Amino acid sequence: MGSSKSHRCWGVKLTNLTDLSVRECLAGLRAGDFSSRELTEAYLGRIDSLEADIHAFITLTPERALAGADAADAALKSQDDPPPLTGLPIAVKDVLCLAGVPCTCGSKILEDFIPPFTATTVQRLLDAGVITLGKTNTDEFAMGSSTENSAYGPTRNPWNTEHVPGGSSGGSAAAVAAHMAPAAFGTDTGGSVRQPCSFCGVTGIKPTYGRTSRYGLVAYGSSLDTVGMIGRNVEDVSLLFQYFAGFDPLDATSVQTPVPEIVLPQSPDLNGLRIGVPQEYFIKGIQPEVEEGVRAAIAHMEAQGASAVPIHLPHTEYALPVYYLIAPAEASANLARYDGIRFGPRLGEGEDLWEIFTETRGKLFGSEVKRRIMLGTYALSAGYYDAYYGKAQKVRTLIKADFELAFEEVDVIAAPVAPTTAFKFGQHTDDPLAMYLEDVFTLPANLAGVPGLAFPVGYDKRGLPIGMQLMGPHFKEDLLFRVGHAYQLATDWRQKLPEITVPREKRL
Amino acid sequence: MKLSIEQVQHIADLARLRLTEAEKQRYAEQLSDILDYVAHLEELDTDHIRPTASVLEMQLRLREDQARPGLSQEDVLGNAAETQDGQFKVPPVLGG
Repeated sequence: MGSSKSHRCWGVKLTNLTDLSVRECLAGLRAGDFSSRELTEAYLGRIDSLEADIHAFITLTPERALAGADAADAALKSQDDPPPLTGLPIAVKDVLCLAGVPCTCGSKILEDFIPPFTATTVQRLLDAGVITLGKTNTDEFAMGSSTENSAYGPTRNPWNTEHVPGGSSGGSAAAVAAHMAPAAFGTDTGGSVRQPCSFCGVTGIKPTYGRTSRYGLVAYGSSLDTVGMIGRNVEDVSLLFQYFAGFDPLDATSVQTPVPEIVLPQSPDLNGLRIGVPQEYFIKGIQPEVEEGVRAAIAHMEAQGASAVPIHLPHTEYALPVYYLIAPAEASANLARYDGIRFGPRLGEGEDLWEIFTETRGKLFGSEVKRRIMLGTYALSAGYYDAYYGKAQKVRTLIKADFELAFEEVDVIAAPVAPTTAFKFGQHTDDPLAMYLEDVFTLPANLAGVPGLAFPVGYDKRGLPIGMQLMGPHFKEDLLFRVGHAYQLATDWRQKLPEITVPREKRL
Repeated sequence: MKLSIEQVQHIADLARLRLTEAEKQRYAEQLSDILDYVAHLEELDTDHIRPTASVLEMQLRLREDQARPGLSQEDVLGNAAETQDGQFKVPPVLGG
């Protein structure tokens, strides 16, 4: 735990509690510099003042948060050794179940669904002492790259509210960027943690497939879904990751490989690190400032002692078609359960079961979800299975092999997260294929199951954040955290704040 | 590859989705575009490649056959549109 000196010297009364990092919050709570109630009220106040502009949340639970804060304060006072995260407020993406709090998945088909159980990843942080502020906005069933597919309206990017925050974990990324939460759960099936982190200038981990439990995560693409964390820096994200990652008997694809203790470096030294730079991620059509920003970050890491090695991931261009067959196929199966019978509203008159199914699903699923269900149904249907789904699974093998070969030569791979910085609302809404292209650099990691860490490495001329991702071999999240932290020790991109988070009277 | 409205209707029937005429028209175009795009995969020779269904080289675990507490009936039925006598209520499945 870091020393509490840093915030003490600012003087608590003068400091905005919402500007403290997770580590500083925990130190301050332990030292008694402020209470969990004060911290939680500060966040609820911040949410109150910004939510109308940002719309990061689908459901806010202030009473629950304050009750949790009071319980945390009591524990901090009475217990010698309270759980490590006691009193820390966080936000939860609205595709992760939290018992007793609505889980809409950004969909009308789950508008009134209140889960009777809690996702393992969320439960583990609750057990470690966190309290929850609310459920953050997401593209419907995590299908999208902008939050424009949320049935509850889009989230706005704190850096420029005319631009999208990315998606699907756009509510979580925007909440963290706007200091409406110190950290927030996200999920990543095709880039849904990393791309909004890139667009909002925050840090996020997409873990190795199987590293974080999917129990209580509403399923989208079951062979791709991962639960991740979004925070303001690598230190905060890695700290929380240690508590929610790891084996869970309730998830059949959870792996038993233990999560090592993550010890972050004290110095920015990257001596001996081999960084692979895949040529296929620096292609025509990429925004020049994104390429410049990422190349500058790699050069910076070289100056810190790393060596950059040009590599090839030759099947990168096939990741997009493979993903948009496999993920919709899995989605079409997973979303078959929404039938108006066991949960969600039921539409359709009369005494006909078929009528209930088709009417409920036809009316309550949004257009992107229906598009993917249709695509997946087609790819799995008689006569087309081998040509589409079967073919995609074979090419997935080639994509995975690309990474295995690359990691024989290099320790990590550095690449842009997305080809552009945050785009404007409506830019891709009529052209699904153009929207899918936003995911072109994030999909390969999901198909190969490797971990990815996204963090800011600069800003474009319009002031929008540029993100880089580091990808590593399976189960090497700790290496990604160490490298990312070393970079953040030597740079200060992550400390820049969107103007919307600065009180009006203090703006330049 | 161009999907016809009839094909779109067939897929929608398989997926239990009622679509409006405008949706059918739009999906016919958009799905055709997407299928043209994914046809790009055909240029790869994958005759001798094994398919990947899961990235993990793992076998499904077995667990001890022990009874554990689960959700209560009240919890399970709590989100249903219609229930009766502790069960989900639906219209007749067969006949009338």
